[in-house]
Amino acid sequence: MALFLVQRLTALVITLLVASLLVFLVMEVLPGDPAAIILGVNARADTLAALRAEMGLDRPAAERYLVWLGGLVTGDLGRSYTYGVPVWELVGERIGLTLPLALMAIVLSTALAIPLGVLAAARRNKPADVGVMGFTQLGIAIPNFWFAMLLILLFAVHWQVLPAGGFAGWDAGFWPALKTLILPAVALALPQAAILARVTRSSVLETLGEDFVRTARAKGLSRRAALWRHAVRNALIPVVTIMGLQFSFLLAGTIIIENVFYLPGLGRLIFQAIAQRDLIVVKDLVILLAASVVVVNFVVDLLYAVLDPRLRGGQHVV
Amino acid sequence: MNRFLARSIQAGVVACGLIGLGALPATAAKDSITLAMPLEPPHLDPTAGAAAAIDEVVYANIFEGLTRIDSAGAVQPALAESWEVSDDGLTYTFALRSGVRFHDGTAFDSGDVKFSLDRAMAEDSTNAQKGLFESIASVETPDAETVVVTLKQPAGNLLFNLGWGDAVIVAPESVANNKTNPVGTGPFAFERWVKGDRVEMVRNGNYWGTPARLARATIKIIPDPAAATAAMLAGDIDAYANFPAPEALAQFEADPRFKVVIGSTEGETILAINNARGPLSDLRVRQALAHAVDRQAVIDGAMFGYGTPIGTHFAPHHPAYVDLTGSYPYDPDKAKALLAEAGYGDGLSLSLKLPPPSYARRGGEIIAAQLAAVGVATEISQVEWAQWLEQVFKGTDYDLTIVSHTEPMDIGIYGRETYYFNYQDADFKALMAKLNTTVEEGARYGLLAEAQEKLAADSVNVFLFQLAKHGVWNKDIVGLWENSPVQANDLTAVSWQ
Repeated sequence: MALFLVQRLTALVITLLVASLLVFLVMEVLPGDPAAIILGVNARADTLAALRAEMGLDRPAAERYLVWLGGLVTGDLGRSYTYGVPVWELVGERIGLTLPLALMAIVLSTALAIPLGVLAAARRNKPADVGVMGFTQLGIAIPNFWFAMLLILLFAVHWQVLPAGGFAGWDAGFWPALKTLILPAVALALPQAAILARVTRSSVLETLGEDFVRTARAKGLSRRAALWRHAVRNALIPVVTIMGLQFSFLLAGTIIIENVFYLPGLGRLIFQAIAQRDLIVVKDLVILLAASVVVVNFVVDLLYAVLDPRLRGGQHVV
Repeated sequence: MNRFLARSIQAGVVACGLIGLGALPATAAKDSITLAMPLEPPHLDPTAGAAAAIDEVVYANIFEGLTRIDSAGAVQPALAESWEVSDDGLTYTFALRSGVRFHDGTAFDSGDVKFSLDRAMAEDSTNAQKGLFESIASVETPDAETVVVTLKQPAGNLLFNLGWGDAVIVAPESVANNKTNPVGTGPFAFERWVKGDRVEMVRNGNYWGTPARLARATIKIIPDPAAATAAMLAGDIDAYANFPAPEALAQFEADPRFKVVIGSTEGETILAINNARGPLSDLRVRQALAHAVDRQAVIDGAMFGYGTPIGTHFAPHHPAYVDLTGSYPYDPDKAKALLAEAGYGDGLSLSLKLPPPSYARRGGEIIAAQLAAVGVATEISQVEWAQWLEQVFKGTDYDLTIVSHTEPMDIGIYGRETYYFNYQDADFKALMAKLNTTVEEGARYGLLAEAQEKLAADSVNVFLFQLAKHGVWNKDIVGLWENSPVQANDLTAVSWQ
């Protein structure tokens, strides 16, 4: 187990170092001068130079990379060019929205997908299976932004029971804040649930055909007990893998849903920062998200080990 | 399968309906407003950035200058109660209002004015409109309620310039934090900014002038036009000073809950021409382009009919405006003839770079088709703002581009030594120099008229239309600006009926 942990941690650090270099280089070649964006079309050359100096953009690239990396290691993410506040503060505010939203969506989609997937597998080719598969087809086929607009039309415009968008903020109280996250979470969860249900179904079907399930049935377990105790548990590895990927996606890939509901989440922060050439924010966020993906994968690896004791010896799971 | 989805939606509806009932907003006499705008200000210090969104939040609400621009575009006294101009036009003596306090309680006096102006003019100033203060030689403070501004040469537009958001008065005690916690003297005090979502402000109880009628104002940021429409329809938003999607206006016009008010802005939308590029340096080619473009078709197609055609770089609602839209009427045959005369009878190929706003992206497609009809092929490339600034504005690496110049009274850009049109004309520069030193209004208007005619005669750019301001708000709201002579959402006089 210790060897397994050391291996995974080393890989994690190297991945992040390479990512940081890549991110920095990409930002270097990106056309556009942050100072010009801030000062607009009437700015004079001396004003631009003054602002560039203030932002430290006149230093050599290698120096700026090392300063940035040193900052990351010591937990100093620098100051946003456009907002003029520490990047930590910006990220902190956005995470207060993005993390709960991602969690709500993943909980919702898991709660929907696993029972549906298991049900479909257990009733293979029966009406329940066909129904679930049809529902998942629909969930995958419907673009989530369109589904989101439908939700808004129904709940916000027609019935006016939930807000059309925006985020009240947690300091407005738990319920008002939660209320603004319900529709986006549902819109995000549906397609995720559809994918997850299909993965669950095929994975459970596969394990249902395995020898150990037959053995379990042979030693006298009921269909239901064999299903839940043996088949489902062993079918969870691919499901957990997909969940890990989905969670990483939910942290940054929700930009479209954030636009539809005008939510100030991490996805929109990156999008805005790129458009405004707030390079420091882009670099910090990309590296933080890379870190979160790597960490989630690390956690997923640990979960494999919990689910499958054979993996605790240090072998990799592919 | 549809039934399955329908049933789950129904179930959800019932559940959420039960939850939502208790939380419907009360409809008591309202003294607060929620206004929305599409772009979020990067920060809230109008003296340190060009973004229009900054002024749209703070101008006249939180911050004030010595003068202010009113809804008609006229100069009004603000922190300066009155002023006297010396006969030679070189000395302006401002009498300041007494008893004014900043929102943090510190007193306002002539020292703050000197500090603000000196800071904007300083060597290391990062003021985006530093040029506004160019004519100022020195600022003196004989006493706490008097400021004397001495100029290097007469400047006819000084009082107007001092009314810009970039010239507001800030206090040395609070200036360092104005980006995130703006402290001004205006009728509203900043309360908080939930970044990415909204800015909130509350009535300033110690305001020196008529207090605001609203107790509270929230400015919401909604970038997506579809989301904006839904939010208005759902009643989450009371007003849009300038609705981002003209295509949705018909829907609001048909809805008795809303009022749609079409006004004008300071945005001259032009098909800008790189006057230094090969064929485009030929006046006949530029005139051909002007004849080839059907402005009304662009307005109808790209702006859903909202916009006023222009024939020069000047706002039609300004008293000095000269209507030159007849200079180059839509005439494809004339355009072809002019091109042939210039030696491009076989056609011409030009690049057309389009920034993100819909007037450019949609307008660009229409204009490209119109130009193709006279034998001018265009290679369209869509660029984001950062690229536009870098390639077109700074590098002048373009043939044609479409952009709206939204600064008020910006005809002077054609007289600059370096500007992306690459229009270099000694006569025009002389005209601008004369304008800068002319104070008397009648004479200024005469010079402005001459300048407008010169730009049209030289066909510097293809002047398309003045951007309209698409106001949409709840029918019970009064006092919002119909036009935007400066980039502002002045809420001072806004109230509910």
